[in-house]
Amino acid sequence: MTTERPERFDAIVIGAGHNGLVCAALLGKAGKRVLVLEAGSQVGGATVTREFADGFAVSACAHLVYQLQPAVTRALDFKPKYAVEGLDTVALDRAGAHVRYAGGALRGAGDGDNERYRDFHRRMTRYAGVLEHWLNRPPPRLATRDLDDRLGLLGMGLRLRRLGKRDMREFLRLITSNMHDELDEHFASPLLKGALAFDAVLGTGLGPRSPNSVMTYLYRLAGGGEPAVPAGGMGLVAADLAGIASNAGVDIRTDSAVARIVVETGRVAGVETVAGRRFDSRTVISNADPKHTIINLLGARHVETGFTRRIHHIRTQGTAAKLHLALAGLPEIPGLEPRDYAQRLVIAPDAHYVERAFNPVKYDEFSPQPVIEMIFPSLRDTSLAPDGKHVMSAIVQYVPYALAGGWSETAHQALMDAVIRTIRPYAPDLESRIVACELMTPADIEREFMITGGHWHHGELSLAQFLFVRPVAGAAQYRMPIDGLYLCGAGTHPGGGVSGAAGRNAANVILERDKT
Amino acid sequence: MTGRPFEVPQGRLRTPFHVRLAALDTVNAWHTWNGYTVPDALYCAEIEYFAIRNACAVFDLSPMSKYRVSGPDALPYLDRLVTRDVRKIPAGRVGYAVWCDDRGQVIDDGTVFHLREGEYRLCSQERHLAWLLSAAVGFDVTVVDETADVAALAVQGPSSFSILERLGIQGLDTLKPFGLTHNNFGGTELMVSRTGFTGDLGYELWVEPSRALDLWDALFEAGELTGIRPIGTDALDLARIEAGFLQARADFLPSESVLRNGRTRSPLELGLGWLVDFKKPNFNGRRALAEELRNGSTWQLVKLDIDGNKPAKDAYVYDRPGRRKREIGFVTSAAWSPVCKKNIALATVRASARAAHAQPGDKLWVEIYYQHEMHWRRVMAGAEVVDKPFWFPARRAATPPAPY
Repeated sequence: MTTERPERFDAIVIGAGHNGLVCAALLGKAGKRVLVLEAGSQVGGATVTREFADGFAVSACAHLVYQLQPAVTRALDFKPKYAVEGLDTVALDRAGAHVRYAGGALRGAGDGDNERYRDFHRRMTRYAGVLEHWLNRPPPRLATRDLDDRLGLLGMGLRLRRLGKRDMREFLRLITSNMHDELDEHFASPLLKGALAFDAVLGTGLGPRSPNSVMTYLYRLAGGGEPAVPAGGMGLVAADLAGIASNAGVDIRTDSAVARIVVETGRVAGVETVAGRRFDSRTVISNADPKHTIINLLGARHVETGFTRRIHHIRTQGTAAKLHLALAGLPEIPGLEPRDYAQRLVIAPDAHYVERAFNPVKYDEFSPQPVIEMIFPSLRDTSLAPDGKHVMSAIVQYVPYALAGGWSETAHQALMDAVIRTIRPYAPDLESRIVACELMTPADIEREFMITGGHWHHGELSLAQFLFVRPVAGAAQYRMPIDGLYLCGAGTHPGGGVSGAAGRNAANVILERDKT
Repeated sequence: MTGRPFEVPQGRLRTPFHVRLAALDTVNAWHTWNGYTVPDALYCAEIEYFAIRNACAVFDLSPMSKYRVSGPDALPYLDRLVTRDVRKIPAGRVGYAVWCDDRGQVIDDGTVFHLREGEYRLCSQERHLAWLLSAAVGFDVTVVDETADVAALAVQGPSSFSILERLGIQGLDTLKPFGLTHNNFGGTELMVSRTGFTGDLGYELWVEPSRALDLWDALFEAGELTGIRPIGTDALDLARIEAGFLQARADFLPSESVLRNGRTRSPLELGLGWLVDFKKPNFNGRRALAEELRNGSTWQLVKLDIDGNKPAKDAYVYDRPGRRKREIGFVTSAAWSPVCKKNIALATVRASARAAHAQPGDKLWVEIYYQHEMHWRRVMAGAEVVDKPFWFPARRAATPPAPY
């Protein structure tokens, strides 16, 4: 028992992920006394840069920024520094006839496709605009008599209606449909279809033929959609956000894992760290995923069974593994121009390939031939590797969270072999340049980043877990059904990706509450 | 494989006592309860009913859903599950309890048996394993459906105490209502609780199924001279209405089985507010019930003492007779009570009408239809709202009960 009085704050944020930092910074700017407690030794959570081999560092989880919301950067007056912006996506071809696209411009896929892609991209961006409007505000509650809820719904509907009758119908058709059919209708090039199919399902438990895989594609486009590599890796995005928060008076403490959320007389009263320190606040905001927050940090006994049942059933099994290679030099990839190495390289030769890669994960096995997204961030950012050497950061999909038989050393190695085998035809000399490597399965991601299931969206991004029902029905407005507890992480509306939308929305809900 | 894709070994299940019941049965009127065959009556519901009130009735309650709750978090688990304070049920005691969903609507009522320190059994008429397992998320608790692993008999009526003493059950003279004791029955544990669904002096016996028939035989031998009789559910239903006990699917619907809005009931609406402990910081339904307490309920359950002798089955309830009458509710359970010599009913009336009409002592009207050789007749019978159970004999609570 400590005798000193616990420190008191207006709000405590659990976890200094980018959403937690955005939320804390906005509350700080509004004059609140805010404490951020981070379990790790640096801020960022899944937006972090760290060394994985002697002298080699990499964005250890998320490695590209797609949709950092303009609403967030504006609100924080934040100008992210990018090493490369507007990356080309290079769909790798074994014979070197690669296809490249960026924005609406496509090269190398044949004339018909080039034009059709411009049109496709324009349309999709327009639809993504509707989504962007939806993503940057808390979803209204349904079936209430509350005026704000009704106006919110009306606003969503108007935004939709403004597309015009034809496009509104098309939008409503598209959000439930699958990417594979959509691509087949438009394009001829297998390489292009493979890469776009991968774009749609990246980081999800969906295959290109799964329903609502167009919606996840639109989600990626909403609020930007052009990939960028942050200078200094993801960690610097987090560090900049932490800087903004600190300037707003936010107290950020690392190495301070929260053991539990303290509940007194049926409401949240503060938090207690693993080290046994108690901090008081009547507002606790968790950047951790909903399952971890409710079941582990809060404790099911403080909320009701129907709610915990829904939380428990959130689908959280990640399917994306992360591969980091320390390289003695860049590999030789036939057909690639020097500038291409700084772009986003994709191995997804056709849409069927992506669907086939998806199949095994349904049975808790990994893809023998996975889809892979690779970048060499050290090319434009020399801080990440020693002189003349390089790092490769790759997303490998699909890899199950709970591998049948468990993630043994042998299983890790088998996955590593499958990845190398898959890359070899495109970059034959890659293996000879590997100095060190790190392969993180969803289970490893869960362990390091404390994300249940290692799912980077903190919960599958599907229509059943989207908008009004994210994280669960009845609690989609960041406020949990116990007084004083809020969520602000990727598990809430709108979802994951380095977007900051959830953090901003949560902060707005809390500030709105304090106004009344 | 030939024929059917899978074999069903048995359609309706038989309880461990079934062979005895079947041997005594003369009317062949059966129905199912939780998948088990149970008798409506075995010879005559009226005579069976009088065994409850005048001698000793034996009812096979083996189909009752029985869930064993154990583990370090058993107490906090149950305390969040039900609306009452489970800490107040010490080991060796039983508590009547009701549990709700998140909207404060009743899923079921039942009894919590605190068998031994930290070990509980939850009993209810309906099945609830899915809900109970969902409620276990985040608790270090084990919930096991032991319905088929425990055979149970209700032994109810004025001579039940003496019969069980004759059977050799120890400690009954000090066993208070809602108490339980562990006994030895020929080397097997026999749990005896002073509980029941009749509102009379009575006990329930709990034993492993392999000893069920031995127990039955010994019990009937001990009771032979004091009027022991097996009974079916018809007689029991009459007794429970007299006692004012609620029955799921008659007086309320388990909320998880209800499709339409507004057809569920809260414990406050069922007159079970005394079971809702708002001093507990959290339990399922607390937020919704606290709101209901502030804003008022929609329905109110009332006990009615009705004029005449025509049972008011399914009758509408009105605030006044005649042309300007307004329908304010409906009867959910009704019977002519032989022991009270009263026409009694449980009814649900609108709570908005309650302030004006449904205080104890108030007069309401029920519209009873009955048939006389094809011709329907209607009476508008006056009904008094009553507070206390229709039947509450002194022997129900007497400890020790009088010998018989």
